[in-house]
Amino acid sequence: MLIFTLRRIAYTIPIMLGVSLVCFALVHISPGDPLVSILPPDASVDLQQQLMAIYGFDRSYPEQFIRWLSRALQGDLGNSIATGRPVTSEVMNAVGNTLILAVTATIIGFTFGGLFGFVAGFFRDSWIDKLASTLAVVGVSVPHYWLGMVLVIVFSVELGWFPATGAGPGGSSQWSWDWDHLRHLVLPAVTMSVIPMGIVARTVRALVADILQQEFVTGLRAKGLLDRGVLAHVIKNAAPTALAVMGLQLGYLLGGSILIETVFSWPGTGFLLGQAIFQRDLPLLQGTILVLAMFFVILNLVVDVVQSALDPRLQRG
Amino acid sequence: MRTSLLRTTAAAALVATLSVAAPAWAQTTLTIGMTAADIPRTSGQPDQGFEGNRFTGIPMYDALTHWDLSSETDPSVVIPGLATEWTVNPDDPTRWTFTLREGVTFHDGSPFNAAAVVWNVEKVLNDQAPHFAPDQVGATTSRMPTLRSASVIDDYTVELVTSQPDAFLPLNMTMLFMASPTHWQALYDAVDASVTDPAERAAAAWTAFAADPSGTGPFMGDLLVPRERFEMVRNPNYWDPARTPTIDRVVLIPLPDANARTAALLSGQVDWIEAPAPDAIPRIEAEGNVIYSNPQPHVWPWQFSFAEDSPWLDRRVRHAANLCVNREELQVLLGGYMGIPQGTVNEGHPWWGNPSFEITYDPDAARALMEEAGFGPGNPLPVTVQTSASGSGQMQPVTMNEYIQQSLADCFFDVTLDVIEWNTLFTNWRQGALSEGSRGADAINVSFATMDPFFAMVRFVSTQTFPPVSNNWGYFGNDEFDALIAEARTSFDAAERDAALARLHARVVEEAPFLWVANDVGPRAMSPAVGNVVQPKSWFIDIAPMTMAD
Repeated sequence: MLIFTLRRIAYTIPIMLGVSLVCFALVHISPGDPLVSILPPDASVDLQQQLMAIYGFDRSYPEQFIRWLSRALQGDLGNSIATGRPVTSEVMNAVGNTLILAVTATIIGFTFGGLFGFVAGFFRDSWIDKLASTLAVVGVSVPHYWLGMVLVIVFSVELGWFPATGAGPGGSSQWSWDWDHLRHLVLPAVTMSVIPMGIVARTVRALVADILQQEFVTGLRAKGLLDRGVLAHVIKNAAPTALAVMGLQLGYLLGGSILIETVFSWPGTGFLLGQAIFQRDLPLLQGTILVLAMFFVILNLVVDVVQSALDPRLQRG
Repeated sequence: MRTSLLRTTAAAALVATLSVAAPAWAQTTLTIGMTAADIPRTSGQPDQGFEGNRFTGIPMYDALTHWDLSSETDPSVVIPGLATEWTVNPDDPTRWTFTLREGVTFHDGSPFNAAAVVWNVEKVLNDQAPHFAPDQVGATTSRMPTLRSASVIDDYTVELVTSQPDAFLPLNMTMLFMASPTHWQALYDAVDASVTDPAERAAAAWTAFAADPSGTGPFMGDLLVPRERFEMVRNPNYWDPARTPTIDRVVLIPLPDANARTAALLSGQVDWIEAPAPDAIPRIEAEGNVIYSNPQPHVWPWQFSFAEDSPWLDRRVRHAANLCVNREELQVLLGGYMGIPQGTVNEGHPWWGNPSFEITYDPDAARALMEEAGFGPGNPLPVTVQTSASGSGQMQPVTMNEYIQQSLADCFFDVTLDVIEWNTLFTNWRQGALSEGSRGADAINVSFATMDPFFAMVRFVSTQTFPPVSNNWGYFGNDEFDALIAEARTSFDAAERDAALARLHARVVEEAPFLWVANDVGPRAMSPAVGNVVQPKSWFIDIAPMTMAD
């Protein structure tokens, strides 16, 4: 197990390097002016060149990449061109806000998704299965930005139960787990949970239905095990695959959602990424993509390790 | 007896405490939902276009000159700000003397004086100055293209030097906001000693200044939560009693999505939103909110190409296009939220000039002109316009361009729309009609502000502003226009300058290098609790005199 874990950690190093190179290259090869966020459209060529030199965009790409990577390795992702603020703190604040949203959405999505999937799989082809499957399909299919807007219209504008926007009465810097702040979290978290809920429900349903068809379940029943005992075996067999799917979904959620976070003005990574893209703020864009990519790499590592702990056969591969 | 005395004393103390605390309970807060995706820069030279100047510039900072924002009906003109008067040196018209207002202090308590003006000029023009702020240069220097330096004459007199005689300087100076040198220096000194590079220390000081700003304006920065909210409190010691705020606190929230802004207003989270979703305006009004709008110094045009073989080289064709768009019908299409332009500025403006060509809707006259120019139903004139699907000031570009396409078809034009991404269109605008990016377009649709003469006219009609120098995308210009511009630039008396600009404007309209289509009216929706609102004919609005019901 230890060797497997160390080997997986070693694999992540070239992956991380590759990710950093790709995110640097993607940002730089896209067309447009890297100083568009601070240069007006009528800026003179002289002014443009002066600022290119000040910000170091006149250097060669390899030189820019090496400087950026060496600073990134020390935890310094540079400063945002648009605001002048350090990218590291901007990204970390956004990650914190997205974590609050993603973890809440995960709890909602995985709990209900797992429940719906399990019930649907266990009572396959019954009306409960059809209802749960319908909910899952709706969850996967409905555009979440549309759902977010509908929830805002119903619960904020019409009923006035929850705020339409923001991460608390004083902004996310004063976040606390009291009702004043949680009110701001309800609508974006519910909106965000719908897709993972649907995916988890469909996955769990298929897994449970498949496992229940297998001979060892018949054997367990023949041994006289009650439904409760059978369920425990079904859960244990379904867990590795379900966990992998959940891990991927959690990764997506941690990446934030540009659409949901924009609709609700939730200051997470998706919102930050959207702003960095529209302002073409290269250091912020690179830093945000890099941090999110690293999250994904680390999360996959954790999922692999947990999966292999649950199913030791995977370690042989 | 003693107990009774204690109770009486305690009750009196409680009453006294409550009466002292009462004003805190009555604190008024105005919360604004902006269209900007981020808090505009708060360190003195805002970004995010003129929305930045509107919300983190004018409320917190003063400039040497101000826009008069006190009238809904009159054009917004330049008035004294931190300078009480200014004169140009008759022997050397590149040298200006500004007399400063005495007794003004920054929010940190330090005095405003000539040294502070020099310091603020150097923050964007002198890259050797310790406080040089490269991220503020872009938003500033292009708005005062001829300013070169400043020097102290005495405590309350400063000299500004321009690269050429330029009568537009007092208008340009509305855009240079005065930040506190003393406060910046204190923040610079407080930067961690481990940061040794002077440029990095300066950048860190400016970042700290943005979080804890100090200007001389009617509001003082109080809380910055990056990308989420910015809070300002009233400056009770503001130097202009007419603009000393009564609203205790103003909260700015970036809400780039129009539907999110509308929902925030309807749910009572904010008191004021910029640019509400047009189809939600009836609902907003039905809830008792008020929509304010007024034509802004803004033009939504087609800017014609004058390159070789351009279809717009014939003035009859340019006039025909201007006569063939039914702007009143387009106004209805936009729900009424559009102004009808008569030129780059409208009648009543000091630069109007009474041009002989009237921009109106007369399709018969337009068709006659086109037939004169050799076009007709069987021989339409093909033209291509490059536009964007969205963008700042672009209103509803696709809808509007499709309407124009349909209108011009009635006058023998065959219009092709080339819709591209907004930032790419912006880049093309500077690179000109002959650039590869323009893909052979004969016209470009980029809206522009007309606050000052350079931005309104000069950059579009001078031979000195051909691409890539500035935005004369279509290469329009000749000796006559250069002479008119020179005359305006060297008319240092305000009335004479306006008269020269009026002559220039009249000739611009007569030669029609644009198809003038619309003025934005800048709709904003406010809760009825917001009072004393004056929506001037400007991109800006003055929050300071507004009131807020408890």
